[in-house]
Amino acid sequence: MLELKDISFQVGDSASTQKEIIKNINLTIDDHKFVAITGPNGGGKSTLAKLIMGIEKPTSGKIYFNGTDITDMSISERANLGISFAFQQPVRFKGIKVKDLITLAAGNNLSAAGACDFLSKVGLCARDYINRDVDASLSGGELKRIEIATIIARNTPLSVFDEPEAGIDLWSFNNLIKVFEELHDQEKSLIIISHQERILNIADEIIVIADGNLKSQGPKEEVLPELLNGTGSCKFYREVTKTN
Amino acid sequence: MDAIQKNLLEQIADLHDVPAGAYNIRANGATASRNTTANIDIVTKEDKQGIDIVIKPGTKKESVHIPVVLSQSGLTEMVYNDFYIGDDCDITIIAGCGIHNSGDLMSKHDGIHTFFIGKNSHVKYVEKHYGSGEGTGERIMNPETVVHVGENSFMEMETVQIRGVDSTKRLTKADVADGGKLIVSEKLMTHDRQFAETTFEVELNGEGSSANVISRSVAKDDSKQIFLAKINGNNRCAGHSECDAIIMDNAKISAIPEINANHLDAELIHEAAIGKIAGDQIIKLMTLGLSEAEAEAQIINGFLK
Repeated sequence: MLELKDISFQVGDSASTQKEIIKNINLTIDDHKFVAITGPNGGGKSTLAKLIMGIEKPTSGKIYFNGTDITDMSISERANLGISFAFQQPVRFKGIKVKDLITLAAGNNLSAAGACDFLSKVGLCARDYINRDVDASLSGGELKRIEIATIIARNTPLSVFDEPEAGIDLWSFNNLIKVFEELHDQEKSLIIISHQERILNIADEIIVIADGNLKSQGPKEEVLPELLNGTGSCKFYREVTKTN
Repeated sequence: MDAIQKNLLEQIADLHDVPAGAYNIRANGATASRNTTANIDIVTKEDKQGIDIVIKPGTKKESVHIPVVLSQSGLTEMVYNDFYIGDDCDITIIAGCGIHNSGDLMSKHDGIHTFFIGKNSHVKYVEKHYGSGEGTGERIMNPETVVHVGENSFMEMETVQIRGVDSTKRLTKADVADGGKLIVSEKLMTHDRQFAETTFEVELNGEGSSANVISRSVAKDDSKQIFLAKINGNNRCAGHSECDAIIMDNAKISAIPEINANHLDAELIHEAAIGKIAGDQIIKLMTLGLSEAEAEAQIINGFLK
């Protein structure tokens, strides 16, 4: 479904400010797979997600989606091909209502009842939210749930979530797990960046990114114990410390 | 009325036909039609251009439409409309001006609307400005609104100018008596080489009076906007002004808020923010499948809604 070939991403213009955020990553994500990406902060996970959506363009390398080279495609083109992206810090808008945003995500004339269904899935009482602006009047947690509702509404073959658990309370967290399981059951592919064991635990595969490199990739059953057990729990983190 | 005038009327007052209730439709410098009701009288001024609108005390849930349309290129006019609103009223007044200029001469409508509002009344005043026409002649509107808000009365004013007006200088002056309240909401968009200046001067004279002046604007292309808001707190009162503007292309925007407290218990706040559309807003909408241009239009439409 998604293939990253020799992807590198650098920032900074001059030699002194140049920094390589992603270092020659090769990665294949199969159809209907739930893949969790984890690793230390600043390791390049969010950048990788942005490269997949087209928010950042790689310095070198190619990205293929269902066999099509999407490396030079815009965000909109990738969205229309079937990729969704949930922001780690959702965007606020003055004057755009929750219903407007969900309708845009669904891509058709959604009825109020239809929009309500999506909001219920993320545990929001739709009646209270549907006509509110997606602005500063919403709390971070509310905004995050609305962001996830837009991804459910999009219903695309591939969804990328950047730390969906950040800012979400315990109750919502249980719901969130349910949302991911449902999407997975519908044979969608999911890429979820997360530090949460409970999310890693429901993934098919786990990828560890540290210091811009792919440190590990494999079935959850293999990678998760390595991450959690004994000294292994800081294996990847230690390596980063060393290289830094 | 011809098709052009009917279109202007639809743009500025959402009118497809003659409105219900009282109305006075002015087309190309003369009254085209008028209706009065038992509670609302409309009288032509004898000493100058314009009308007096007299609303009896206790008039509730009634509306007055007073749209103006100009479709004759080169016409300029100055109109004085005075509103006398009695005590204990609850009414909606819909004004507005549409200019269609297909010629090369300047078309201009200047108007002074003065409101004398009694006690315990609620007035909702809606004013839309719109310009159209392929001619090179300028479309100019300079509206002045003077509001005297009586004791415990509430004036709610909504002004909208979204398209086609080349130059506008808007002045709104208000004084508010004890317990009175004024809320002004302005939506403005300028494009091409248009110029718009809006000035608010509010005197909070009464004890417990309040004012909230909110402007949202978008300046595109080479257009220029100036926003001035001055609130004087002369008693125990609350005043707030807010200018929130999106700047695009080569436009220029100035926001000049001024608050003057002339009383110990005057609480006054001003806010002004100008900036381009946030990049992450465009990116978010693009991730939903919109093109960059569609995303931009969606953000502006929402902002000015």
